[in-house]
This record gives sequence, C-alpha cells and structure tokens, in this order.
Amino acid sequence: MKYLGLVLAAALLAATPALAADDTLTIGFTVSQTGALNVDSVAQQRGAELWRDEVNAAGGIKVGDRHYNVRYVSYDDQSQGGRVQQLYTRLIVQDKAQFLFSPYSSGLVATAAVITEQYGKIMLITGGAEPKTYELGNKYLFQAITSADHYLTGAVEALKANNPHAQVALLYSDDPFSKAVAIATRVQAGEAGFKLVLDESYAPTTTDFSAIINKIISSNADALLGGGHYPDGATLARQLYDQKANLKWVTILVAPDSPEFMTLGPAAVGISVPSQWEPQAAYKPEFGPTGAAFAKAFKEKFAVDADYHAASGYTGGALLQHAIEQAGSIDPEKVAAVLNAMDVTTFFGHVKFATDAKHHGLQIAHEMVLAQWQMKDGKLVKEVIWPKTARTADALIPSH
Amino acid sequence: MFGIVASIVDGVLVGSVYGLAAMGLTLIWGVMDVINLTHGAMIVAGMFGLYLLTSALGLPAYAAIPPLLAGGFVVGVLLYWVAVHRMIGRPPLMSLLSTFAVNLVLIGLGTAVWGTVLFNVAVTVPGVSWQRYTFPGAHILAAGLTAVIAGLLYLFLYRTRLGKAVRAVAGNREAAELVGIPTTRVLSLAFGLGVALASVSGTLIATLFPFTVLSGDAYQLKSFVVTVLGGLGNPTGALLGGVALGLIEGLVTPFMPVSWTLVIEFALFVVVLIAFPGGIFALRRL
Amino acid sequence: MLRRPFFWIIALVIAVFALAPVFAGDVELRESLLLATIYITLASNLNLMLGYAGYVNFGSIVFFGLGGYICVFLMSAHGWPLAAATLAAGVAVSLLALLFGLGILRLRGAFFALSTIGVNEAVKAFVSNFEPWGGASGLYLSTELFEPLGGAMQALWIIYFLLVAVMGLSLYLSYAIKTSKFGLGLLAIGQNEDAAAVLGVPTPRYKAFAYSASAFLPALAGGLYFFKSAFIQPADAFDLALSTEAIAIVMLGGQGTITGAAVGAYFYEELRGWLLTSETFSHFQLVVAGALLLVIVLFFPGGLMGWIYGRWPRLRQVLE
Repeated sequence: MKYLGLVLAAALLAATPALAADDTLTIGFTVSQTGALNVDSVAQQRGAELWRDEVNAAGGIKVGDRHYNVRYVSYDDQSQGGRVQQLYTRLIVQDKAQFLFSPYSSGLVATAAVITEQYGKIMLITGGAEPKTYELGNKYLFQAITSADHYLTGAVEALKANNPHAQVALLYSDDPFSKAVAIATRVQAGEAGFKLVLDESYAPTTTDFSAIINKIISSNADALLGGGHYPDGATLARQLYDQKANLKWVTILVAPDSPEFMTLGPAAVGISVPSQWEPQAAYKPEFGPTGAAFAKAFKEKFAVDADYHAASGYTGGALLQHAIEQAGSIDPEKVAAVLNAMDVTTFFGHVKFATDAKHHGLQIAHEMVLAQWQMKDGKLVKEVIWPKTARTADALIPSH
Repeated sequence: MFGIVASIVDGVLVGSVYGLAAMGLTLIWGVMDVINLTHGAMIVAGMFGLYLLTSALGLPAYAAIPPLLAGGFVVGVLLYWVAVHRMIGRPPLMSLLSTFAVNLVLIGLGTAVWGTVLFNVAVTVPGVSWQRYTFPGAHILAAGLTAVIAGLLYLFLYRTRLGKAVRAVAGNREAAELVGIPTTRVLSLAFGLGVALASVSGTLIATLFPFTVLSGDAYQLKSFVVTVLGGLGNPTGALLGGVALGLIEGLVTPFMPVSWTLVIEFALFVVVLIAFPGGIFALRRL
Repeated sequence: MLRRPFFWIIALVIAVFALAPVFAGDVELRESLLLATIYITLASNLNLMLGYAGYVNFGSIVFFGLGGYICVFLMSAHGWPLAAATLAAGVAVSLLALLFGLGILRLRGAFFALSTIGVNEAVKAFVSNFEPWGGASGLYLSTELFEPLGGAMQALWIIYFLLVAVMGLSLYLSYAIKTSKFGLGLLAIGQNEDAAAVLGVPTPRYKAFAYSASAFLPALAGGLYFFKSAFIQPADAFDLALSTEAIAIVMLGGQGTITGAAVGAYFYEELRGWLLTSETFSHFQLVVAGALLLVIVLFFPGGLMGWIYGRWPRLRQVLE
C-alpha cells in the first residue's frame, strides 16, 4: 500500500509541471492613479487585473506547449500626457514589456501610441475612443472599444424614436475625446432632422455650470447631449437638478456609467449614458466568461460593481490572450496578423479591427448601448434603454 | 432677456464668494507683502473640512462654518510660523517659494489620502424661482454668508484695537514696531485671518459645487484675477472685484461660447494689471 | 572667454550628455537625459530674468508651448522641414515675447509675476479655442514626418542631439550674458532697479531684451520636444506646473548661478522621475519635492551653489 501511495504521489508530481507556467509574459501600461482621470482609469486597471488573475490561475497563456504567466508592470501617469511617453519608453526598454495596454483617455493614448509604434510593439487600446489616433499610419494599434464618433449614435436614434421634434442642446467638454464625439454627433443629429439650439464647449476644469445652464434654459432646449469625463459630467448632472432645468432628455458621456454616480441621489434619475457594456447585455461569448460571470467575479474581488471601463480593461487582456494562443507565438508580427483577421464575440460584444492603412486598428464592429438610471423599488438602478434588442426597460422622462 | 438677468444675478452671487476667497489673499499681501501660494490648498482644506464634519459628525452643513473659520485661523497661524516668519523682510520671492513648497506638501498629502475622487456635500436649500430660471438656494445663502463674514472683517479692522494694529503694520511695519505694536504677533494674526477667509470661502464653495483635492488651483487663479481687479492689499476692493468677476462671467456667457470666458478673464487680468496697477476699485488701502 | 575654465566645463557637460547614451547603448538613459536637457534649458533661460534681473516669470512655460505649437503647425499644415520650422518658431516666439514684454515689463515685483501667469493662462485659453491649431484636441503629427530624418528610431537620436545642443547654447548664453556689460546691467537691475536707472543703465531696453532672449531657446526646445512627441495639446504645452518647477529648480540650484540652474535641473528631474516610478513613494512625490524645496528655502536660501561657495570659496572663481 505504501508503495502504491509513493508511486501515485510520484505520478502526480510528474503530471503537475505540465500545469505550471514555464515563462513570463510582461505587459506594460500606465494608470492614472492620481489626477482627474483617476476614477475611470483605476476601473480599467481593475478589469485588467481580474483577467490576469484568472488567466494565471488557469495556468497562464498557452503558446504551443509552453505556458506564459502574465506579469504587469505599471506606473502612475498622473492623468498627464507629459510623463506618458517617458513611462512607455521605460516600460518597453527597461521593463522589457512585450505587449502594452493603453492608458485611459484619448489624449494620453495618442501620446503613448507614438512610442509603441516607434518601437514596433502591439498596444491594445481599451481607454481611448478618439479615431484620429488611428489615421496617422500605424501597424500595431488595436482599439477594443467603440470609437468616439459612435458614442451618441444610439442616443440620437433613441431620442428620435422618443421625440422627433426635440430641440437639442449639445454641450461638451473641450478635450480630444468629447470633441470627437461632438463632431460626429452634430452630423448625426442633423441627419436625424434635429435642430441644435445650443452647440458649445466648456473648459474641462469647469465646476460652475450655472451660467451655461441658464443659457440652456433660455434656448428652450428639451434635450441635452454631451458632457466629458467623470468630474464635469457628474457636476453638470447635479447642477441641472439644482437649477430645475426641466429637460426631457439628458444623455451625458462617461460619468453616469460609474457606480460613483449613484451618490448624486435624485439628481441621477433619468440621466442616460452611452455605454460600451452593461451587465445586462446578453452577448454569447465565443471564449472567455459571460457578462454575468465577469460582473460577479469583479464584484467579489473588488467589492464594487463593474462598469464599462472595467469590462474593456478585462477584454483587452482576453483579446490579447486569444490572439497569442491562435498565433501560437508571442512575436508581434504573428500576433498582429491574427488580430487583423479577428472577428469574434466576447461578453463585451462583437470585436473586429479595421485593417486598411488609413484607419488601421479602429474598432469597426462593437456597438454602444444606452443605459439610464431609474428608480426601482426605491433604489437607483441602471437599465438599458437602447437598442431595442438589448432593452431591459423603457426610457424614462427625467423630472428635470 | 430674462436669461441675461438671471445669468448676471447668479454670476454676482457666486462671484461674491470668489471675492471672499480673494480677500484672504489680499489681506496677507497687504499686511506683509507675501503672496500666499498655499491659498489654493487652504480653500481645499475648507472644502474637505466641511465634508468631514458633515459626513463624520453629521453636522448640518452651515453649522460647520464657525468651527471651520476657527480651524482655518489656527492652521494659518501655524503656517505662518512654519513657512513665513523667517521670510518676512526677505525678497518676496522667498515667501513665494516657501508657501509654494508647503502647498506641494499639502496637496501631495491630500492626494495620497483622498485620491482625486470627486467629493460632494449634499446641501438642500430651496431655491428661488423666477420666470423659468431658478436661483439655487445654496447660491443665495452663500452670498449672504459672504456678506456677513465680510462685514465682520470690516468691523474687526476698523472698530477694534487689534484691527487697528493690523492696519498699522500694513501701512508701515517699522513705524508700528516703534510705537510698541508687537508686530510679529500681529503678522501671525493677520496670516491666520487670511487663511481663515480662504478656508471658509472653500467651505462655502463646497456647498455649491463638487470638489477634489486638486480643485484649489482653479480657485487660486480666480483669486489672483480678483485680487488684481480689486487692488492688492485692498479687502473691500477684493470683494467688489469678486462681484465684478462674477458679473463679467454672467454677462459673457449668454453672448459668447462659454469656452471663451476664460480667455476674456485672463486677457482682462493682464490688461488691468498693465493699465490699472492699483486695481479698478482703488479705494484707499487698508 | 575661451581661456576661462568654466567655458570648458560647459563643453565637458555637453560632451557627457551627448556621448553617454551612445556609449552605453542605453535608450532609457537617453530618454531620461532628454527630459533633463529640457529642464536645464528652461531653468537656465529662466535664470536670465529670475536670477539676474530678479524678475519672477511664473509663466515662462508659455515660450516652450508656443514654440511647440508653431513648429508642429508649420510642419503638419504647411510641410516645412524640421530645421526651418523650429528656427521660425524660435524667432516668432522671441518677437512675441518682445511685444508682450513691452506691456508687462513696466510692472514690478509681484505684479509682474502675476501678469506672467495671466499671459500663460490667456494664451492657453486662446489656443484651446483656436481651431486652426486644433483647439482643445491639439495637433497630431503623422509618423511619415519622421521619414526625412531616417525613420522613427534614428529621428529620436537626432532630436536628442539637437536638444543637447540647445541646452549647451542655453548654458553658453547664460555665461556670455553674465560676463558682459549687458549682464552687469541686469544684475544691477536685480539689486536695485531705481539706482541702476539713475546710474545710467537703460533699464527698459535691457529688461525687454532679456525677456525676449529668455524666450528663444525654450521655444526651440519646445519645437523639438513636441515634434518628438508627435502630439501637442494646450494642457501639456502650457502646463503652469512646469514653469513653477523651473523656478523651484533655479532657487534650489542657487539663483543667478549657471551651474546651479543646470545641476539643480538635473537632480530635480532625476528625483521626480525616481519618485514617480518607485513603489513606495509614487504617492508621495509631491510631498517629498515640496518638503525638499521648503528645507532649501528656509535654511539654504543660496541654494546648492550658495552652500558650495560657502564651503569652498575658491570655486566661486571657477564655477559660475
């Protein structure tokens, strides 16, 4: 008996090395631990960390018969472009990162992209929606999220279905991302037959929207589209409520998607947000977890709900893993070839990259949904109100 | 039409609070020739003070003002002894740098503790509606409290012996020393007052808008603009300057894209500096 | 000047900067030295106004940013080659500085300091609204623009050497001015402007010239730096924090001294870079930087060089 036990133990020991990883794959990126972009950047990082932990627990990324453990190296970019280039250079040259994830926000992504292209490294972009970055001739950028020009497409369609004669106010933050959204929205609103009664930008650091809101009221607008990132979006929502702007439709970018937004209480009710992903989205993934599984795992690990930034952070990793495994190699050229040919659906949605030289890397398949904060049984919840196929509730007319 | 009036009125209300902030800056400047670059950090301190008192102790927002005023004063006196005392009489550049250094330290600590997340103090005060516009109650109350505090400062400076001593030191420190005024104590008191004003203005701003640890910068810049409009060393001028700035912001917005407001503000700032170095409201100095 | 040892010390510094990354074959070293050259350029040129003439220029970064914008704009919208665009940027910004200077140099002390902030913020707000320059989104450079320089990797080296040259010129400029009659006039203005005027120093002209001269090389550096970054936006180009850091550096090194500005810039940049990437300290970098500055200002107002001159007075002859 003892002999059998020893043999069994030896056999087990011989078998386990096959599960242990032989190598390490280093992925580098910067996070805005400090600065105005902190809230969403950290959410994105957490999504990426969840992916890393899950993939390492399952034995690492499989490349042929080798297994690669994923290791992250990251630095704080302070929400400023100034350090991004130095940090990405350091990640590539000193920390020997083989692949890169993007920082958060279009402005920072643009600066990082210069470096990754100069060194010929693949960068998965999960936090930069502005399309201009992809029009400058690149070979290794891959945008996993819907680009900025589609952010408000759903909102315009939903508004048209709701109130085709609405007077629309377009108010956006003066930053690369929001401007890109505004440029596209102007065109889309015009095509949908809407009249823009207000079309203005504000400095991203604005905290006092009272004068602008008075202007909105004076313009007789019944719908508002726009915003920027978290700080200004949240403030705008709160002040719209305080000043009883009486808008029948309010879609604000980015800010309302964060679970933080709930702290606005009654001011949050009725605010809609274009979202890259919501937990209720029922995409059938070809690989990776389902949306529900992801949301559950995220909540267990971080004690907060996942928002679309977290989902995109996770997806960046999942896509890279899939590409590496399909390519059977970690050589950038081979992996890039697989990514260029990729046409898949994950819990995040349908993903496919543009491959023509003029737009290389631009995301062309993923779609946004429109989510809205509503009161359900006395609690604030986010419902998906558009597109009709993904809807979980009807659009609510806000009381402000 | 109503929109423009509403805009102007609201601008004046909020502008008065900016004026209060600037009063702190200009008082210190006038009394001891020191540009207090911790001004922004002190405004933030007032904001976070309000947040902590309301969330941790459950105090109603406005009840927190007196303790925060007192707290600001104490912090100001401490700051004086740490960073400013040795710089009195030295070139103004040195006090500039020492206060700048303290600012870096304070903001750095703040960021390490609270990150840069947006904080919000929920204040529910019924607003006043007029036509289709609403003046948020918090704005009206903030302007009212500003007037009260400014009035108290005036009483202090012009009706008390200590206030007279402050004005004497501002006028001519050596002469004040000669007539027996304990200048060092007066300087630290004045600094404490200036910081108290800055932090209470932060508290009032926190009742109006959300804030982060980094919010101080923008308000510090506004304070500079206001101080210059009102004339350095002139608290009444600062208050009026704040109102004027609010007026300008309120007037510009209905007619121009909102993003031009900042350009106009800073262009005006430079022009006033060059053309009216004594400030537009160059009433008599302290 | 060729006989004075300091001339050769500067030459040595330039040589070290140029050759160290090449011999070490270390790209990361080049990147961090590149940032150091920028800081040294900004600090040395700031020294002309701050250290010599005693005028605090809070918004000196506006020269850097405008230089960057003009260069990037000329290259992307009008296809100018790098050399021409950079030089044009330098000249244009110096002229603009002369123009602005005429207005604000009449102000003294704190008023001047504040007005420089106003100028920086006004320019930043204006550029954010100026569509031909990309407004708030900024301007992008396509990667094809690196081709005339031999491709991206080589272009990065060329830009580095150019920036080292600009840094060298800044140091030589500071030195040349300091040892000239013009410099003597500036130092007199720094000590007591009215007395200097009474004694015949043409103060308005000298101040204007110093202000304009202090704009040229930072503008060149800005043009080169933003070309390398292939992207410029108002928030990065007119970052007030950078010029405040430049002031801190000049003070740390010892105002009015050339070595001080250079050494201070180098160490400050290394310190900040290290703090930024260190595990324990990255949350505390501002705190450490501020505490350091406070200690210097309170206890070593002469800065590093002040302390060094105190310990080894003979060095005052050699290290300017």
